[in-house]
Amino acid sequence: MRKNLLMTLAVSSALAFGVVACGDDDETPSGGGEEQAASNGGGDLSGKIAIDGSSTVAPFAEAAAELFQEENSGVQITVGTSGTGGGFEKFCAGETDISDASRPIDEEEEVPICEEGAVEYTEVQVANDGIAIATNKELAVDCLTTKQLKQIWNKGSKVKSLADVDPSLPDTELSLYGPGTDSGTFDFFTDEINGEEGVSREDYEASEDDNQLVTGVSGDEGGFGYFGFSYYESAADGLNLVGVDSGDGCIKPSAETIQDGSYTPLARPLFMYPSAKAMQRPEVKAFMEFVVAQARAIAEAAKIVPLTDEQTQTAKDELAQAEAGA
Amino acid sequence: MGRRTSLVRRPSGRSRFEAAIKAILFGAAVVSILTTLAIVFSLLKETIAFFGDVPVGDYLFGTKWTPQFQGDQQSFGVLPLVWGTLYLTGIGLLVAIPIGILSGMYLAEFAPTRVRKIIKPVLELLAGVPTIVFGYFALTFFTPEVLRNALGLGVNQFNALSAGIILGVLVVPTIATLVEDAMAAVPQSLREGSAGLGANRVQTAIRVVFPAALSGIVAALVLGTSRAIGETVIILIAGGQTANLSLNPTESYQSMAAFIAATARGDIPTGSIEYETIFVVGMTLFVFTLVLNMISIRMVRRYRQVYE
Repeated sequence: MRKNLLMTLAVSSALAFGVVACGDDDETPSGGGEEQAASNGGGDLSGKIAIDGSSTVAPFAEAAAELFQEENSGVQITVGTSGTGGGFEKFCAGETDISDASRPIDEEEEVPICEEGAVEYTEVQVANDGIAIATNKELAVDCLTTKQLKQIWNKGSKVKSLADVDPSLPDTELSLYGPGTDSGTFDFFTDEINGEEGVSREDYEASEDDNQLVTGVSGDEGGFGYFGFSYYESAADGLNLVGVDSGDGCIKPSAETIQDGSYTPLARPLFMYPSAKAMQRPEVKAFMEFVVAQARAIAEAAKIVPLTDEQTQTAKDELAQAEAGA
Repeated sequence: MGRRTSLVRRPSGRSRFEAAIKAILFGAAVVSILTTLAIVFSLLKETIAFFGDVPVGDYLFGTKWTPQFQGDQQSFGVLPLVWGTLYLTGIGLLVAIPIGILSGMYLAEFAPTRVRKIIKPVLELLAGVPTIVFGYFALTFFTPEVLRNALGLGVNQFNALSAGIILGVLVVPTIATLVEDAMAAVPQSLREGSAGLGANRVQTAIRVVFPAALSGIVAALVLGTSRAIGETVIILIAGGQTANLSLNPTESYQSMAAFIAATARGDIPTGSIEYETIFVVGMTLFVFTLVLNMISIRMVRRYRQVYE
């Protein structure tokens, strides 16, 4: 299995490096040579890459780092999880090379700080994030509005069964499952549904391990929980997927509705921001090219929703532009 | 001259050898003492930092444990964790003590050699099963198949009953083996005297051998309790992760050890107050086990004086 993945990666990375190399031959002929060396699997690259930022992007960045290092053992990559905001703080101070973000950089607050630190950057979308809301198979509910979700999950909520939010729904006593408070999924969900990041009812079964949440929801008759969409996909048989209605009708999460953003508000793009200065270093450049070329495989390994072909193309263009600029 | 030195040297060579052996043995003892001291020190450092932010009273007597939340939702009352630990241990001991003592007694006093030869290795095998196997056994078999399907109980997927009972099963070999040893060590003359007075084997076992072996049996129980209190993995996997202060065994609970394991696994920033909670709870658990061990030493001494 692992061998297959590596094979696919090796083949497709060779292809991808070819494409990128063509793009920048006009500008920097010497850069092309370095990439060739990298794609040949030679461990010529060395150095350190410091990544920090969103804990939602972290699994993706870690998977990318691991796969990249298999071919380039000389490159050390550290992935921090200071959160999107904390990541940008360090990034704009020039402390990190790449910032992970689960939202675009803030025009009013963060962009000026980066300008002050003379840090230039490129925004590259690397994956999509979606949260699935699921119940036990026995707990039949097709759709909930964002308002009802807030009623269930908000701070101080006393909701015991779905009948409390809609009398037509079953009155099975709920047993609630959700991610731990350190998780990016928790931050995203509480921000979108409860209106403030980190605010939630406390009396639910919290686990940092999404698989444990899936086990709980599929095991309890009143199981009700939220977790990363990929974890739903891999255990779909034991779960009932709940659609979300944010005012424009009920939408169920799927790779498509998450990628095109129609599954609101629980879908969002995930970004990496390499700094222009770091991109001049061959190891950072090679890493970002690897990330974009392998975005799909990395996303699958990290269990998040991959980019569409179109999004991949956009990411490649953005990266090529950044390299041209550098 | 040369002869004399060799005569003098011989004992000096031996005593040097002995000194070296002594030093090695002393070193071995010192390693464990130093380790203990280092653990206490590492716990103390973060514990002191923690109590700089949180009043001791709030920690010891608070009834809400939500360290991972922010703002006014954050609360550091450790009682739910202490309760979870005691409650799960209690359920475990309800299973382990009767089964452990009875099987130990059976092995020491009643079992024919052939039966012993089968039961002993099986018990030892049970003691050698990794606790993570017990954990998943509780989660994926005992909870759904036994508690729900066979017994028809409406338990949560993660619940105290399943984790507690399997925790008890884990402790049975510890107790059984120690009880057997304690009872087998009782002099044969006591049994013969009892038989001479007309007592049958059951009377002898319960009224003569059992009291005579009591110090060892108490030690077995305390050791079993320590084992249950410190057990992490079964509770982490099958018992849930909800700091819970209720009495309902079908609900999910969290113990101190399971909290430490679960929190250390998440990505909390080093130096934050959540990070410090790991050490504070570790310190609490440490003190718990220490007190338990002190009680056990006292009890063992007391009973020994009476019966020897």
